[in-house]
Amino acid sequence: MDYDTIASFSRSYGTIYLMVLFLALCAYAFWPRNKDKFDRAAQMPLDKDD
Amino acid sequence: MQPTTGTQPASFELVSVPVAFVLFLLLAFVVAAQTPDPLMAIQAWTFVAGIGITLGWFAKRYSEGVPEDDRGAYANDIVKAGVVASMFWGIAGMLVGVVIALQLAFPTLFYFDALPELNFGRLRPLHTSAVIFAFGGNVLLATSFYVVQRTSKARLAFGLWPWFVFWGYQIFILVAGTGYLLGVSQGREYAEPEWYADLWLTLVWVVYLLVFLGTLWKRKEPHIYVANWFYLAFIVTVAMLHIVNNLAVPVSWIGIKSYSAFAGVQDALTQWWYGHNAVGFFLTAGFLAIMYYFIPKQAERPVYSYRLSIVHFWSLIFLYIWAGPHHLHYTALPVWAQTLGMTFSIMLWMPSWGGMINGLMTLSGAWDKLRTDPVLRMLVVSVAFYGMSTFEGPVMSIKAVNSLSHYTDWTIGHVHSGALGWVGFVSFGALYCLTPWLWRRQRLYSLSLVEWHFWVSTIGIVFYITAMWVSGIMQGLMWRAYNEFGFLEYSFVETVEAMHPYYIIRAFGGLLYLSGAFIMVYNLYRTARGDVRESEPLTLKPQLAAA
Repeated sequence: MDYDTIASFSRSYGTIYLMVLFLALCAYAFWPRNKDKFDRAAQMPLDKDD
Repeated sequence: MQPTTGTQPASFELVSVPVAFVLFLLLAFVVAAQTPDPLMAIQAWTFVAGIGITLGWFAKRYSEGVPEDDRGAYANDIVKAGVVASMFWGIAGMLVGVVIALQLAFPTLFYFDALPELNFGRLRPLHTSAVIFAFGGNVLLATSFYVVQRTSKARLAFGLWPWFVFWGYQIFILVAGTGYLLGVSQGREYAEPEWYADLWLTLVWVVYLLVFLGTLWKRKEPHIYVANWFYLAFIVTVAMLHIVNNLAVPVSWIGIKSYSAFAGVQDALTQWWYGHNAVGFFLTAGFLAIMYYFIPKQAERPVYSYRLSIVHFWSLIFLYIWAGPHHLHYTALPVWAQTLGMTFSIMLWMPSWGGMINGLMTLSGAWDKLRTDPVLRMLVVSVAFYGMSTFEGPVMSIKAVNSLSHYTDWTIGHVHSGALGWVGFVSFGALYCLTPWLWRRQRLYSLSLVEWHFWVSTIGIVFYITAMWVSGIMQGLMWRAYNEFGFLEYSFVETVEAMHPYYIIRAFGGLLYLSGAFIMVYNLYRTARGDVRESEPLTLKPQLAAA
């Protein structure tokens, strides 16, 4: 494996990998069914503790 | 501290931690007795002293039976201990910072031929490690133990082992810090401690990870709150960075010296992969966890967008890990790796500013609280500094800018706008919150002293960073100035001379910042004692009074 192979692999697949990852996490964050769970989670610091 | 008979921790839990410390005490004795190296002997005796103090503390705590805190729903004493340790190391680290700032302005100050311990070269890592790892680290320990219990509705896992983390970490700081003064250093930026201290920290850190994971495992909430994700990323990544960067072969098992597993440009890249991610995961991810818990709590409003916090978290950790090469522009590092580091640094603008907006907008609809609550103002201004320094960082990572800024004071100014403005202020804000909560006081001793702290320190930061901007850009311009014959216009010493006034301004700014920290320590001490300042009596909250 020479320099050019590694460089072109990281340029192409590296970009795809990060893009897919980003789209997947956006889908998770904005999936309508997760809304209630996240709304509840946002309240967690405000719970009366102790 | 009254004896109790209720659900006591199992005796195994009570005994295992002191026994572990005794075993390491014996090991330290053996090394101290066997080593031919006087420096190693001092380091081993320092270990002995640290473990001795720890065992004495355990003996005192359990001399009258199991304290009430061990049976409570939440472990609070360990968070209190973390708050006290944070204040102590914070003052120590900032004080050394002021000393070395003065040494830069007046090189003969505190310089004695017979006392190499006070040389700038030894005090400088003492300052960086003390403020980052001793002060910042204890703030993260304390807040992470507080937050993970509250948001999991579960007590810290594994009995007394959290105390192993706390005391083990203090012993690490003691050994590392005294080692720097003696001249013990492996010469790696922010990772100066030698191999034995690194191994000790690895052990402590793995126990920290297990305690944190064990607590999350016991949680009674289905979802893991975003602050815990940030703490977890901080703990896991710092473990990985610490282990890889410190891979080394000791010359002898009872000697100081070790040799790194890496050499040449690979070594440089490993060091800055570590160094930049110490910024990304220690000084950013860990303190963002503080932002995500303490700002909503103090503002009494949920975070602006929980969904944004998820996008913030995952994109931040996946981008940060690649940014390290921007510390090695125009070096032997291959150009593609330099460009990669620069590109990822630029991309970091997005998650950084997304997170900043999320923190600031939490105040939306409650901006008036900034006027009345100086603690909340401190937290919010810290987020503003976060936005400022994470804007400046990517700009400086651009190669054209870096060719001017690199190796100059501009870098020092950038680091300190992040460290003093972001890390320092968000830590102070968290300590101002935690002290009345933990010691069960209705309010801080004095809110006007918080105002004083806020303004004195803010003005200190402004003096510091503006002096460094001017000094750094001037330095960079002088270095690259040529005369009409193509020779360098200035000798190096002329650039040093030109920086003298800015060094004095910087030292003054640092002194103001340190003074602010002293005001905080006094205020928190009086708060913990249960005092309320006479000129600021306790009153009903305005909305209650109106109702």
